[in-house]
Amino acid sequence: MPSAADIGRTFAPVTAVVEAGRYDFFLKVTGEGNPIFRSDEAARAAGFRGRPVPPTYLFCLELMDTPNPFGFLDELGIDIAHLLHAEQRFDYRSPPCIGDAVTFRTRVADVFEKKGGALTFAILDTEASAAGLGTLASLRKTLVVRRPEATA
Amino acid sequence: MTPAGDPAARPAPAVGDVVVDKRFPPLTRATLALYAGASGDHNPMHIDTDFARAAGFPDVFAQGMLAMAYLGQALTDAVPLAALIGFSTRFAAITQLGDALECRGELVEIAPESDGRRVARIALTARDGAGELKLGGEALVDATLWEAVRGKA
Repeated sequence: MPSAADIGRTFAPVTAVVEAGRYDFFLKVTGEGNPIFRSDEAARAAGFRGRPVPPTYLFCLELMDTPNPFGFLDELGIDIAHLLHAEQRFDYRSPPCIGDAVTFRTRVADVFEKKGGALTFAILDTEASAAGLGTLASLRKTLVVRRPEATA
Repeated sequence: MTPAGDPAARPAPAVGDVVVDKRFPPLTRATLALYAGASGDHNPMHIDTDFARAAGFPDVFAQGMLAMAYLGQALTDAVPLAALIGFSTRFAAITQLGDALECRGELVEIAPESDGRRVARIALTARDGAGELKLGGEALVDATLWEAVRGKA
């Protein structure tokens, strides 16, 4: 279970490439039809270098090219069976486009308890950047972990 | 081809306008499984009923980020991606199998920033067919850029 001692902890950076095939699969699964994601021409007409990622895709990308995408949960002692996603925030500068390699650096911003310790909240801040492009976006995920004995 | 949500095709938005409005199909087990593959989020909670039951849930349920992807899609149908500055949600309730999410966004404020830009704030919700709030959140949009894109049309 994460504790206040984890605040400030960082994790090994992960890098993932925005690959056209899996990007198109994401569009298909979510029923995305917006031409700026579907068409190179429309994306360029909108001022992008290529097809940009949809607004939540950065969250996905962080999980894609690492052998153990949930390793950070193990490091924090979180059992995925007790985990829920409480909040998610994105602050954008410019979206990565197909072909970009994006690096994610994550640190624990806060850990606190609610409901007498039945729930532990962990706030993780991630900076997404790419070589030559600088910072692309910041992500903040708030996770909530149910204490096992609190599980009915 | 003009998309249904082409931002340039609509009149200039005003505070109080519902600028985001899109309904999605009912969620199926197949969608959750395919989203797990497409998103890189292989958490078994959303694709393995045995795992979900062992964790104390009656069945698998939707990835929060799938619901947020729908809300984001509704948002970028209405607002040019290049003008999107921020997007946040809180997951108010679990999105269940069969839920058809209705995503809406109301323009609640256009405020000047110290750097000279004007920033529009859109209050966002995703509700199931019964009206229960699943996601609440907001988007921050560069209103100056939004209007410039509109003006090019």
